[in-house]
Amino acid sequence: MTSPRVLILFAHPALEKSRVNRVLADAVRDLPGVTFRDLYQHYPDLDIDVEVEQELLGAHEIVVFQHPLYWYSTPAIIKEWFDLVLQHGWAYGSDGTALVGKQVLTVTTTGSSEESYQPDGLNLYSLRQLLAPVQRTAEFCGMEYLPPFGIHSSFSLTGEEVAGHAADYRRVIEALRDGRLDRAKAKTLPKINADLDSLLGGRS
Amino acid sequence: MTGGGFFIEAAVFLSAAVVTVPIAKRLGLGSVLGYLIAGIAVGPFGIGFVAEQGEEVLHFAEFGVVLMLFLVGLELKPSLLWRLRAPILGLGGLQVLVTTAAIFGIAIAFGLSPQEALAVGLTLALSSTAIALQTLDEKGLLPQRGGQSAFSVLLFQDIAVIPILAILPLLAVAAIDPKAAADVGHGSSSWIETLPAWGQALTVLGAVVGVICAGRFLVAPFLRVLARTRLPEMLTAAALLLVIGVALLMNSVGLSPALGTFLAGVVLANSPYRHQLETDIAPFKGLLLGLFFIAVGATIDFNLIGSDPVIILVLVLILIVAKLVILLVLGRVFGLSGDQNLIFGCSLAQGSEFAFVLLSFSEQNGVLGKEPVALLVAVVAVSMALAPVLMILNERLLLPRIGTKEVDRPDDDVHEHNPVIIAGFGHFGHVCGRLLIANGVGATVLDNDSDQVDFLRELGLEVYYGDASRLDLLRTAGAEQAKVIIVAVDEDKSLEVVRTVKEHFPHLQILARANGRPQAYELLQNGVEHVYRQTLDTSLRAGVDALCHLGFRRHQAVRAARRFRRRDEAAVRDLAPVWSQREIYITRARDWIRGIEQQIRRDVTRGREPGFDSAWDTETLREEYGLPENERPRNDTPNDEPA
Repeated sequence: MTSPRVLILFAHPALEKSRVNRVLADAVRDLPGVTFRDLYQHYPDLDIDVEVEQELLGAHEIVVFQHPLYWYSTPAIIKEWFDLVLQHGWAYGSDGTALVGKQVLTVTTTGSSEESYQPDGLNLYSLRQLLAPVQRTAEFCGMEYLPPFGIHSSFSLTGEEVAGHAADYRRVIEALRDGRLDRAKAKTLPKINADLDSLLGGRS
Repeated sequence: MTGGGFFIEAAVFLSAAVVTVPIAKRLGLGSVLGYLIAGIAVGPFGIGFVAEQGEEVLHFAEFGVVLMLFLVGLELKPSLLWRLRAPILGLGGLQVLVTTAAIFGIAIAFGLSPQEALAVGLTLALSSTAIALQTLDEKGLLPQRGGQSAFSVLLFQDIAVIPILAILPLLAVAAIDPKAAADVGHGSSSWIETLPAWGQALTVLGAVVGVICAGRFLVAPFLRVLARTRLPEMLTAAALLLVIGVALLMNSVGLSPALGTFLAGVVLANSPYRHQLETDIAPFKGLLLGLFFIAVGATIDFNLIGSDPVIILVLVLILIVAKLVILLVLGRVFGLSGDQNLIFGCSLAQGSEFAFVLLSFSEQNGVLGKEPVALLVAVVAVSMALAPVLMILNERLLLPRIGTKEVDRPDDDVHEHNPVIIAGFGHFGHVCGRLLIANGVGATVLDNDSDQVDFLRELGLEVYYGDASRLDLLRTAGAEQAKVIIVAVDEDKSLEVVRTVKEHFPHLQILARANGRPQAYELLQNGVEHVYRQTLDTSLRAGVDALCHLGFRRHQAVRAARRFRRRDEAAVRDLAPVWSQREIYITRARDWIRGIEQQIRRDVTRGREPGFDSAWDTETLREEYGLPENERPRNDTPNDEPA
């Protein structure tokens, strides 16, 4: 089997102000076998080139959306990307099979704590639940949706903690690229980074 | 001197320069030393070509020093000069006083009379503006603290020459030859001497005020009129006239011409013609200064040195060491540390070209005898020749041992070091520039429409007059340090600017404005990556509004315009290489136009092809999941209202 290649679709409308996402992005930007794509840099006015995006999707096996969580959802450009790129007759519908079998992972950061993303917490829903629209979108196109890589309390993380998350992110991307991540086991977890060591131990 | 003689002489000087200077530069010795060696080579003790004329040439070439100070003035805005007032008066004043006193003492010890000793002290306290500034500038040290301090001291010395010239005749012990005394120094200042003392002072003051006022209010309009002729040599002529005029005026009131032109330069440092004046004067300054150094080399009297080498060498050594020690101590007192203090001290530890003038003045006024004057001329000349050597020794041997290498300070006050150069500041460059400035990005703006430049200056923008296709002007505008150049000059100049930039500043990212497709083709063919057709975006916006007035939804119209633009840009790139072949061009251009139209129309009528824009609400979706065909809304016109 040829080594699957990872497409990271990165969205941050104000990267110049970012503290966590910038470090995360730098950790995976230059990995071999990984295509890092900064969507706001390519499409500053959200004018997405559908053909180019579809070609890229076709050339990769694993699609990663990396972004901060805004209003319990993705930044606008990712929604626009869904609307434009995932066309009927290409991504879904009776003839739309271009994406079948690919894997999708969301990597996201939230300002409030992990405890707040609980039924009894401030936000009432878990990250996994809030990302249901993305999960359904992926599954509707025949793709496999993995539990999210979530980082919470982004405003109060120390530099050291951010670096730790960045290293974990890098490990996950490398493992996905090399097919070393235990996907069956991952699906039992609320977050893919809840218990990384056990996921990366065996072969999937 | 016949015409042929002049040309032969010029040929000798120039060949000596073009042979020795590159060699000296190659060896890392700097151009000053190269010129001095050239002077020795053609002088009476080299090939003996220049014998008696040495001093004559020296006198003529002193104009190079005048030009240099004008250029230094141009780079010094009045505000910066004001900030230097403490080092100029304090450091400069103390340097002259202390050095005069020290040399006075040494001279007494050598058995000179107090009057003679004072004359020698005052004369040798001065340093060589020409050698120090040129060497510092060449090594890029002028903007650093040590360089600025050296400059301040030199400026004070230039002012100090005036009272020194007044004091020297008072020291006379022998009978004075009044005729000879009137001939030297600052030329014919006879008419002013007929005035009473207050009249003299008033005349001098009037001349200085005149230079400042003329620089402020007359020069810019005058240059603007000349700029309208669009003949570049007119501006060169005006620049030279300006400097010569000021020099003559200063001479006639008995002030140093160098000081006067320096003042004129400072006054013009804020003018829009600053870069253009710099560019026009620089080559003359370079050549004349070179000639000056050659003349210094040629006047070194090796016969005299040969007759008593030990005493001369000892005197030179005493002069250099005494000046150096005083400079280093004063530098320390004024807060210069480590390497900057060494740069400061070594750059000024030599005799001055003014010493030649002052020494012959002293001789003619009967202050000093013939022999000590000849001896001192030789000492000063040798110390000047050794000055660049001292700087090199400092740079190679001393500075590497010193740990405190002061980090280069930003020198925005003195030079333009903006990351962006905007060539051409019409409507296009203007908007670009304001966006950059609003984002805190500095831009150096060049324009060759003098009315436009004045207008923009009145609005408070920093704009300079000049032809951006000229290599030297681009260089003075900071092209070596800049990252981006926006080329928005007239169509006939644009390609010239692009070629100059590509050849000499390949690191610069070129963003070029094109008036229309033909110019866009031309720029693309010349390797410009980023070409902006002037009217493209505005016409598309008008087109979008027209569509909206007809009932199109704004989002759809904007998307159509974006798509149109993307395709049209691709078309221009594709068509650029065949622009000159009419037949091929027409065929291919027609294909593009048809293609773009078809594609956009498909969008309007909801396209069906995969890979094409069928987002949000598509016919294919309805076909697969939706209503039967006869119940679907009509979509051949985007307008729901009755026509």
